[in-house]
Amino acid sequence: MSSRAVSIFVAALIAALLLATSAAYAIAPEQMPTPQLEARYLALIQGFRCMQCQDESLADSPVNLAADMRRQIRDMLLAGKTDQQIRDFMVSRYGYFILFKPPFVLKTAWLWLTPGVLLLVGVIVALRVIRQRAALAATDLDDNDLTDA
Amino acid sequence: MRRLRFIVPLGVFALLVVVLAVGIQQSPDKDLIPSPLIGKPAPDFSLPSLTDPGQRVSSGQLRGHWYLFNVWGTWCVSCREEHSMLLRIKQSGLIPLVGLDWKDDRGDALSFLQQQGDPYATIAVDQDGSEAIMWGVYGAPETFLVNPQGIVVYKFIGPITEQAWTQQILPRLPTGQTPAAASSS
Repeated sequence: MSSRAVSIFVAALIAALLLATSAAYAIAPEQMPTPQLEARYLALIQGFRCMQCQDESLADSPVNLAADMRRQIRDMLLAGKTDQQIRDFMVSRYGYFILFKPPFVLKTAWLWLTPGVLLLVGVIVALRVIRQRAALAATDLDDNDLTDA
Repeated sequence: MRRLRFIVPLGVFALLVVVLAVGIQQSPDKDLIPSPLIGKPAPDFSLPSLTDPGQRVSSGQLRGHWYLFNVWGTWCVSCREEHSMLLRIKQSGLIPLVGLDWKDDRGDALSFLQQQGDPYATIAVDQDGSEAIMWGVYGAPETFLVNPQGIVVYKFIGPITEQAWTQQILPRLPTGQTPAAASSS
């Protein structure tokens, strides 16, 4: 095998391993009675932050509190609560901080709008620079024409 | 217009300074997540009593009184740290402590209180941790100040210190109660 083929093979192997690990759970997910409930349960617990180890989701966290919160969510699902009701309950106890994806409300508007504003500023600046350079190049050409003449 | 162009990067810089300053100022509080329960009714509960499992401790019984709702457990190291302060609060006689024994072993809890002293007026047992979730608890000790209408007035996260007691909790109690009474222990 050439060195190029080897490096491609290694990269593919690493990618495959990364994909495999991301699909595995740190915690064996609790069984739900139907596949639909199971899917909703898994989606929900991945959307909540573990309050003790703040960069992990409830799905990934091994701490006791996360297990208690997963049980709470499972119980609410089994009691027929909607996803929104469960999310509202969690937010009412722990605040928006518990949601990995913060909602668009007045308090979080800047969070959602800043990237767009920055992009807009960047585009405007870029356009102005390009126009100026184009104008500059044009006048340079004119100057050359004059001296050549 | 051209002369004022230097203002643009200066403005961007100033904005960056403001954003970073706010970020730095708030960063020490990363572990202290503000409770959405403040200003709202404390959760209703009815739980078995630690000292007398036949009896129940309920939020209804506590209506009409100021109380400190203290979440603890014998497994919690910071709670042991806090214990002497809780005993001093009890001695002050200014406000009753209501304990929530969080996911604890009953025998451990009882023997701990017998050895170290029991600062609580009453203790509710949260065997499976579901009551703690109702209160938005994420790490013991956490202490909630609840007024006679059952509204959560204030939440203190971590072991209560002398400073937290005199500067955060006492000023929120009805007037006529002085910090001198607490420190004269």
